[in-house]
Amino acid sequence: MAANAPSHAMKKLINKVDDLVPESLAGLQAAHPDLVRIDTEQNNVIRKDAPKQGKVGLISGGGSGHEPMHGGYVGMGMLDAACAGNVFTSPVPDQMEAATRAVDGGKGVLHIVKNYTGDVLNFEMAAELVAGEIEVASVVTNDDVAVQDSLYTAGRRGVGVTVLLEKIVGARAEAGAPLADVKATAEKVNGQGRSMGLALTSCIVPAAGTPTFDIGDDEVEVGIGIHGEPGRRREKLAPVDDMAEWLVTPIVQDLGLKGGETVLAFVNGMGGTPLIELYTAFNSVNKILGGQNIKIGRSLVGNYITSLEMAGFSVTLLKLDDELTKLWDAPVHTPALRWGV
Amino acid sequence: MHDGVIAWLRAAADRVHAEAASLTALDQAIGDGDHGINLDRGFAAIVAMLDERPAPEDGTANATATADLLRQAGKTLISKVGGASGPLYGTAFLRGAGAIGAATDPSSGAAFVAALEAAAGGISALGKSAEGEKTMLDALFPAARAARAALDGGGSIVDVTGAARDAAAAGAAATIPMLATKGRASYLGERSVGHQDPGATSATLLLTVLAETAAAGSSDAAAATA
Repeated sequence: MAANAPSHAMKKLINKVDDLVPESLAGLQAAHPDLVRIDTEQNNVIRKDAPKQGKVGLISGGGSGHEPMHGGYVGMGMLDAACAGNVFTSPVPDQMEAATRAVDGGKGVLHIVKNYTGDVLNFEMAAELVAGEIEVASVVTNDDVAVQDSLYTAGRRGVGVTVLLEKIVGARAEAGAPLADVKATAEKVNGQGRSMGLALTSCIVPAAGTPTFDIGDDEVEVGIGIHGEPGRRREKLAPVDDMAEWLVTPIVQDLGLKGGETVLAFVNGMGGTPLIELYTAFNSVNKILGGQNIKIGRSLVGNYITSLEMAGFSVTLLKLDDELTKLWDAPVHTPALRWGV
Repeated sequence: MHDGVIAWLRAAADRVHAEAASLTALDQAIGDGDHGINLDRGFAAIVAMLDERPAPEDGTANATATADLLRQAGKTLISKVGGASGPLYGTAFLRGAGAIGAATDPSSGAAFVAALEAAAGGISALGKSAEGEKTMLDALFPAARAARAALDGGGSIVDVTGAARDAAAAGAAATIPMLATKGRASYLGERSVGHQDPGATSATLLLTVLAETAAAGSSDAAAATA
């Protein structure tokens, strides 16, 4: 296939393009043998001690290229399994069925699905494959304010809130809550969180070998998703204070955040932006929220839901209350998030 | 019909492979740049399935066997393609298989039209999508209507599949000025305008190869009779 031919534009740490996903998963297992095992037939990352009897199983999955999401979030206090698709391509129902069976501890399984047509369709088919055998519930994250939620789109995309949801809902499940309660917490997090992102550069899907979109040296793509799909508008590169404003303002408006309220502020790198810049962006977000008397109760800064090597960042704000704060603070031990243990 | 379906699937796999880069380029413009790559993987898996599949015993290459073949092809697409196009095309094949299985003559134009209508209806139901939303349905529904009209006019299988191909191509071209309201292209809003939909393009490709296969089968049959 011509698209597999080496390109001068693509410089990646790869042996063979087709081996990228399985070899990355093998590396995850080699680095964290105490936390995860890999189902190499299915490209599924499974929590080492799954299935946990008496605990609701939590599964997520999606295209690869967003690391550490989702495989890096498998472990104590977070996911029980993650299904890895090809880069930016939803995994298939067989994978999700195998993962569901692998983590079912008798209390049912929650599917955490990002709102993309492919992910939704494949998870729906997987739930049908185990219907009558395992109780499955699902939550679809759709927190991206860049997309109009209307009859005229596939609906808002699931982005940054997905990471926060997997952590918070993971704590709820770890504490032994039944499936209905775990799902209710998931719906609550999704309802109280919103995100928006921008890109400074495109990314290169390895099998395509060329950048997904062209962007000028002085341009910013505003309202991007996490698959290199172009955003809704282009702007000229601006100071980070301004760019943070482009993202924070629509989120604050959409959530209807008011002075005195407390949020978890999450500044996420798209994969190619260094931490020095992400903390600069967090500083901008802090100033903007401070100006509106919105309190940052908890924070997360780093590359947690990425688009390969894309440069840029997204902002996610989640309204906090005592319940969500407690669940956020609960112990977690996964390859990518660890505290309290 | 049975041999015809196998010939179609093999030829479609070759054409998808040859066009994978251009399908992916269309998808880079308004989607996430993987449509050709994913379909190529799915049809390669169908060819592998055909290679491993034992030849039907004499006298069993009937409607049931043909439906079973299409059903296996559909399941293969669902298991191998991923994304939205895996479940959507897979469901189209499963629905088409159902229509073929119910047909009295699986190699008739009537069976093809019923299968195409069932396939388009299946995609529409699963994707909760209709014509005019810049998807593969903008090729498939016009194709099904044109095929039905050709059949009603007394057309042969070559006429009917040819009408489907022509209408699909016109339908795919008509997606260029459309505003996408379903699938990943819908995130672009107005910026989706001006690009041909990758799904409508691949659907046209499959129907084009089908018409070619029907024409070749017909000339083979004519040569055999002559």
